[in-house]
Amino acid sequence: MDHMPENWGRPRSDVYGSYQHAIHSAGPQSHTQVPSITGTSVIAMKFNNGVILAADNLGSYGSLARFTDQERLIKVGKETVVGFSGDASDMQYLESMLERLIIEDNYEQDGHNFRAPHIYEYLSRVMYNRRSKVDPLWNAILVAGKKDDGSPFLGYVDLLGITYSSPCIATGYGAYLAIPLLRKLVSEDEDAKNVTEEQARAAIDESMKVLFYRDARSLDKYTVATVTLDGNVKFDKDVRCQNMNWRFAEGIRGYGTQKQ
Amino acid sequence: MVGFSFDNYQRNQFLTAKGYPVPTATATGTTIVGCRFDGGVVIAADTRATEGDIVADKNCEKLHRMSPSIWCAGAGTAADCEFVTQLISSTLELHSMSTGRAPRVVTCLTLLKQHLFKYQGHIGAYLIVAGTDPTGPKLFSIHAHGSTDVGYYLSLGSGSMAAMATLESKWKKSMTKQEAMELCAEAIEAGIWNDLGSGSNVDMCVMEVDKPAVLYRNYRTPNERSTKEKSYVFARGTTAYMSERVRPTVKPLAYDIFEETVSSTGGGESMEIDG
Repeated sequence: MDHMPENWGRPRSDVYGSYQHAIHSAGPQSHTQVPSITGTSVIAMKFNNGVILAADNLGSYGSLARFTDQERLIKVGKETVVGFSGDASDMQYLESMLERLIIEDNYEQDGHNFRAPHIYEYLSRVMYNRRSKVDPLWNAILVAGKKDDGSPFLGYVDLLGITYSSPCIATGYGAYLAIPLLRKLVSEDEDAKNVTEEQARAAIDESMKVLFYRDARSLDKYTVATVTLDGNVKFDKDVRCQNMNWRFAEGIRGYGTQKQ
Repeated sequence: MVGFSFDNYQRNQFLTAKGYPVPTATATGTTIVGCRFDGGVVIAADTRATEGDIVADKNCEKLHRMSPSIWCAGAGTAADCEFVTQLISSTLELHSMSTGRAPRVVTCLTLLKQHLFKYQGHIGAYLIVAGTDPTGPKLFSIHAHGSTDVGYYLSLGSGSMAAMATLESKWKKSMTKQEAMELCAEAIEAGIWNDLGSGSNVDMCVMEVDKPAVLYRNYRTPNERSTKEKSYVFARGTTAYMSERVRPTVKPLAYDIFEETVSSTGGGESMEIDG
C-alpha cells in the first residue's frame, strides 16, 4: 500500500509514466511570431490640402540591412495611401488583401469607391481579429487620404488592433524622434489648415534625416507620398537625405581624456 | 566589505512572486541636454521628478554644481544622481586644494566614471558633465555602467530622443551663447511636451570661459498654474463656535542681555595648526 496521500487517486508512475509538469504550465494555442524582414518607421502629417507620408526603402533582417529597394507605401484605390512598418511578409499579405478588396469592390460599378476611412476600418477589423486569435500580423500601419466630407484623413492601426487618429503620426522610432518635430507645425487638428505643402514636406524631410542619424535600422533613401484633397496621389521615389551634418565628428578624439 | 550587499536578493524574488514587488525608486524620467558654443558650454534640464506614474516633484533641481565652473545634469535615479554628484564634488574640491589648481572637467569625469563602474551600473546615475577649466570648455556624458562620451551636443533621459531630434535639426558648429541657450531651451521643451517623464520648467546653466558660471533656475516656465477662477478661502464665522478664549502667543523673554566682545590679545601662545 502506498502510504503517501499525495499519490492517492493518481495513476501509478510505474504503469503510466511520470507526471508531465508541462501540462499545468501549457497555455492556449497561439501562433505569435517573431518578425523576420522588417521595415522601420513610417511618418505622416496633415497639411492644408491633404496628407504627406514617408517611409524609407530598407528591409532589415535583424541587424543586417538586407534589402534596400523595399517600397513600404502603397496606393490603395484612387485616393488612399497605406504605409507599413514591421514584418515585410505580413505587409505583402495585406497588400494582396487590399488589392483584392479594391478589385471586388469594382465589380459593382456603382460609382462609389473606397476612401481612406473605409480602408482604415477594414484594416482595423482585420488587425484586431488576428490579434484576438493570438496570431497577429506584425505591423504598424498608417492610412492616409481624405474623408467623405473632403477634409484630410490620417489613421494608425497596429498588430494589437490599437487605432487612433491624429494630425501627425509616426510608427516605431519615428514616434520618439519625428513626432516632436512634426508637432511643432501641427499639434492640434486646426493647425493643419495653416500649413502649406512645402512646409509639411520640409518637416517630413527633416524628420527622415533625423531618423537616419539616430535610428540604427534606417536608410537615407526613402519614398514620399502626397495625397491631396483633389484626389491626386503623388509618389516621390528614391529621395535621398540632403544637407546632412557630420562635421561634428571632426574635433572629437576618444571618449574623455584622449588628446590625439 | 566594499560594494552593495545582495543578501536580500532571494527574499526579494520570493516577495515579488507573492505579489509584493520592490517599490520603484524616485526616478527623474528626465530630459537633459548639453551644448557647446563659441567660448563656453551650456547645459539644461527639465524639472519633473516621477515615482512610477506619479509626479513626485513638479520643480526639482537636476542641475548640480561639481565646482564653481563645472556643472552636472543628472537623469536616472534621483537619489543616486544627487549623492554621487555631492560625493565627487567634495572629492574634486579637496583635490583642487591639493593641486593648487582649478578643477578640470576631465578629472570630474574620471572620478565619476571610476566610481560608477565600480558599482556595475547599480548606481543609476546618467549624467551630462560640462564646464570650463584652464584647458577650455568641455562637454561629456556618463552612463550608469561607467562609459563616457564626448560631443558638441548631447542629450540623456527618457526625453532624450525628443531633445536630440531638436538638436540634430538645429545645431551648427559655430554658435553664439544666445543661440546655444535658445537651442537648449527648445530641446528641453521638446522633452517637456512630448515625453511623459519630463515636464514643468526649464533650468539652465551657462559656463563661459573666464567668467563665473551662471545658473538660470526656471529659465522658462511654460507650465504655470492658471489663476483659480474664484477665491475658495472660507469667510470668518463660517464655523459656529460656543466659547472663545484668547491667549497671547508671544511672551516677552525674562532674560538679561549682556554684550561681550572677544578679540585676540596678541600675547599668549597661538594654536599650532601645521604640525
